[in-house]
Amino acid sequence: MIELKFNIEGGDFDSAGTASSETKKKLQQLNVDSKVIKRTVVALYEGEVNIAAHAYRGVVTVKVSDHQILAILKDEGPGIADISRAMMVGFSTASPKVREMGFGAGMGLPNMKKNADDLQIESTPGVGTTVTMSFVF
Amino acid sequence: MKVSELVKELNLVVFSGENHLNREISGGYVSDLLSDVMGNAREGNVWITLQTHRNVVAIASLKELACILLVSSLVPEQSALDHSNQEGIPVLGTSLSTFEIAGLLYQKIKIAR
Repeated sequence: MIELKFNIEGGDFDSAGTASSETKKKLQQLNVDSKVIKRTVVALYEGEVNIAAHAYRGVVTVKVSDHQILAILKDEGPGIADISRAMMVGFSTASPKVREMGFGAGMGLPNMKKNADDLQIESTPGVGTTVTMSFVF
Repeated sequence: MKVSELVKELNLVVFSGENHLNREISGGYVSDLLSDVMGNAREGNVWITLQTHRNVVAIASLKELACILLVSSLVPEQSALDHSNQEGIPVLGTSLSTFEIAGLLYQKIKIAR
């Protein structure tokens, strides 16, 4: 099994995409099916951006085994008060600055759900959120 | 149709990625919402946008888009330029509005097919 780890700082949009980009390169080296790579990269990027946009800091862990990619995004941050609401397309709590950049359209979590084979969200308001996604191949 | 042909035919500015203009164009996508592009743009698309920051390049690279096309004489930020040369994604520009350039691009791609 291969494990990749990335640290993300809240507000650091310049680094957003690093974890997805590095993971993509690694999956290509491992000859993972390109459709699975595409799905993984879309969902992972959205997760990275969510940490940059909402949390104070977070750690992204990607584990690749024979038939599955597991991505765990654990952050310290405000948490999500109402997860079912956060899953709705168009719902967003992003700041005006983040929205100006073209983020915060309320499509991130729905994109993640659509592209992952499984998505689990655990969140404690005031403490943080852990998002776990799996991709089967 | 290649990006280089599009540059000539639509008289586009090449801000960066000069060495990667041989990328093949599969179609176009118009959006300024990054998650929309992340979710719906296809490999080889020309992405027409007014966003000029480096995350646009990150997305174009992850999605393997053909190029980024900035509208209304907008200029990319320096960090976007640096990143696009690293990633091999051309950033192009036009003085035309989104509506006008999208119309022209649509015609060119339709004829090329």
